[in-house]
Amino acid sequence: MTLQMTKTQKLLRFLANNTVPILFLIICAFGIPLSGYSANYLVSEILVRIVRNSFLIISLLIPILAGMGLNFGMTLGAMAGQIGLIFITDWGIVGIPGMLLAMIISTPISILLGWWCGKILNMARGREMVTSYIIGFFMNGIYQLIVLYGMGVVIPVRSNSLLLPRGYGIRNTVNLIGIRKSLDNLLTIRVFGISIPLVSFLVIAMLCLFILWFKKTKLGQDMRSVGQDMEVARAAGIRVEHTRIISIIISTVFAGYGMILYLQNIGTLNTYNSHMQIGMFSVAALLVGGATVAKANIRNVFLGVILFHLMFIVSPMAGKNLIGQAQLGEYFRVFVSYGVITISLVLYEVRKKRDQAQVGLALASEQEAGA
Amino acid sequence: MIVNELTSSVKGFIKSFGLPRVIIGLFLLLLFVTAPFVGVNVGTSLSDTLNRFGMNAVMVLAMVPMIHSGCGLNFGLPLGIIAGLLGATISLQVNIPGPMSFVLAILFATPFAVVLGWGYGQLLNRVKGGEMMIATYVGFSSVAFMCIMWLLLPFSNPTMVWGYSGRGLRTTISTEGYYLHVLNDFLSIRLTSHLVIPTGMILFFAVLAFIIWAFLHTKTGTAMTAVGSNPVFARASGINVDRVRTLSVIMSTWLGAMGILVYQQSFGFIQLYMGPFYMALPAVSAILIGGASVNKASILNVIVGTFLFQGIVTMTPSVMNSMIHTDMSEVIRIVVSNGMILYALTRKTEAVR
Repeated sequence: MTLQMTKTQKLLRFLANNTVPILFLIICAFGIPLSGYSANYLVSEILVRIVRNSFLIISLLIPILAGMGLNFGMTLGAMAGQIGLIFITDWGIVGIPGMLLAMIISTPISILLGWWCGKILNMARGREMVTSYIIGFFMNGIYQLIVLYGMGVVIPVRSNSLLLPRGYGIRNTVNLIGIRKSLDNLLTIRVFGISIPLVSFLVIAMLCLFILWFKKTKLGQDMRSVGQDMEVARAAGIRVEHTRIISIIISTVFAGYGMILYLQNIGTLNTYNSHMQIGMFSVAALLVGGATVAKANIRNVFLGVILFHLMFIVSPMAGKNLIGQAQLGEYFRVFVSYGVITISLVLYEVRKKRDQAQVGLALASEQEAGA
Repeated sequence: MIVNELTSSVKGFIKSFGLPRVIIGLFLLLLFVTAPFVGVNVGTSLSDTLNRFGMNAVMVLAMVPMIHSGCGLNFGLPLGIIAGLLGATISLQVNIPGPMSFVLAILFATPFAVVLGWGYGQLLNRVKGGEMMIATYVGFSSVAFMCIMWLLLPFSNPTMVWGYSGRGLRTTISTEGYYLHVLNDFLSIRLTSHLVIPTGMILFFAVLAFIIWAFLHTKTGTAMTAVGSNPVFARASGINVDRVRTLSVIMSTWLGAMGILVYQQSFGFIQLYMGPFYMALPAVSAILIGGASVNKASILNVIVGTFLFQGIVTMTPSVMNSMIHTDMSEVIRIVVSNGMILYALTRKTEAVR
């Protein structure tokens, strides 16, 4: 026997489970008319953002499946991708071959970093998220050490347009003109004056298919059971630590590829900033799409990209039209990004407690019925 | 034989003190020893270190109550800092020059700290087990929210608002003419032309530290420690766990507010907008360097940790710069501070909750 829920209870539960996306729909509903942008402009901008960001966000899905929460350590993969891009820019390899080579360079670095990150997260069980977050900061220090002091001294980098005037260290911004939009512009069609980069979408679709397929494999199922209950999984003969490390490695490698796709769309690399922002924005977008710390799927990714970036595009203009200060809109969107993550994390913890209470109540009523 | 004894006693010392602490301590010692050889004045360095110690110690102290009650490392320190910033800006708005403005800032900051801390404590009580991550993001979102507020709040003191529009606070506001160096100069001792001891600032920290130390030995303080080390046992012995935790969060938030005021009076500027954003990380790693863990901290940890951390932050730029003519201090600071936090997070010291 289970506890029956009335219609209002069900509605309340639906609202409670989808608080964040609903909140965002409301913000966007107010923001779009205020900004005064045309529908055409908004759609083309959103398409660009989907191409740019969804690969990165999808890379977060696998650790969630394995019960490790939001992998803030995806910045590690982003760093690996950037190192690959710096090398191909130095060697002057352009276009699709350049991108592929950057991916090939980034892969071993990502695997190594992911393995290390997974090891540490296994030591910090129960607080993976905050640990992966600090790992991101820590590796940022090492990354700066390598890129700012190592490149041009220990690691050969010849191109003067890359190096700082002092002779070593990479400049703050690297122009990726060689691979800029090389994938996006490979094959495009125009619909109502909006150009759609077909190849990029194909790549993202293939990644989605891979994720769906992966969830059905033996390894994917292992991850799911590790995510649900580590002890039960261990008793069932699954190598828990190993599985968790693999999930982080996959996430890191994809994050590296995602970063390369992201930067080929943008066309310039902010050597010391790009990777730090990307973690926060990807996590926020995924949560806006209705994902939680324990449950996320591909639908959340795309809904999240659309809603989050819609807010991002309209808020400066809306702020300007509403109060006369574009700066206000800028701060507003930063606030919303962080606020969304906070609300999602809080709701997740509260919900976890509520569900535990629900299970307790169900058990109590069952026992009463039995007696 | 003697060598054996020596190594075992050294091992015991390292074990009791913690390997990372020994390494960082030796590194700092090395910096102080090499300093004179590369032409860095030890007196100035020591004076700088003491000054920075005083500036940051109160913010590090703000970690103690929350660690004691089992709320983990207070990554939400920016919330306390915001209470302090509100106190500071309102004090400047009232526009009473001189040391009185510092007292006013403390008075104005207190209610904000209590209210914000209470709300923050209520929130943390609902998310037991996931405090640290949520604290981080509470800090971030409150800073971002206040960015909007600094633009909109009706401040009008011309030293604080943007000159051309007359609205919205500046990103940095000078405390000159108000409470610049009120604590630094109070009873300050000038030993040599380079070495000055900021007595007032260290005294202020000492008083607060003593209050916290004494509080932790009262009945409520002991209850707080009990809640931190074993909440189930604490509940069984009749302690209202949630109330004690809320109290600890309020105390931490208030100390954070005091911490930023002390920082400002020495630094000379009130930093608004994104200023408080990353201020939690140095404070967290300082107390961890001092030997605290995720659920255990003492006043001694605060003093040792702040001195070691600030010592390294002060010494590395000057010594490194004169040695190899490159400033790698920023990188070293990032690696040391975050490495320390990582080390603490991966220790298996915490009771399973």
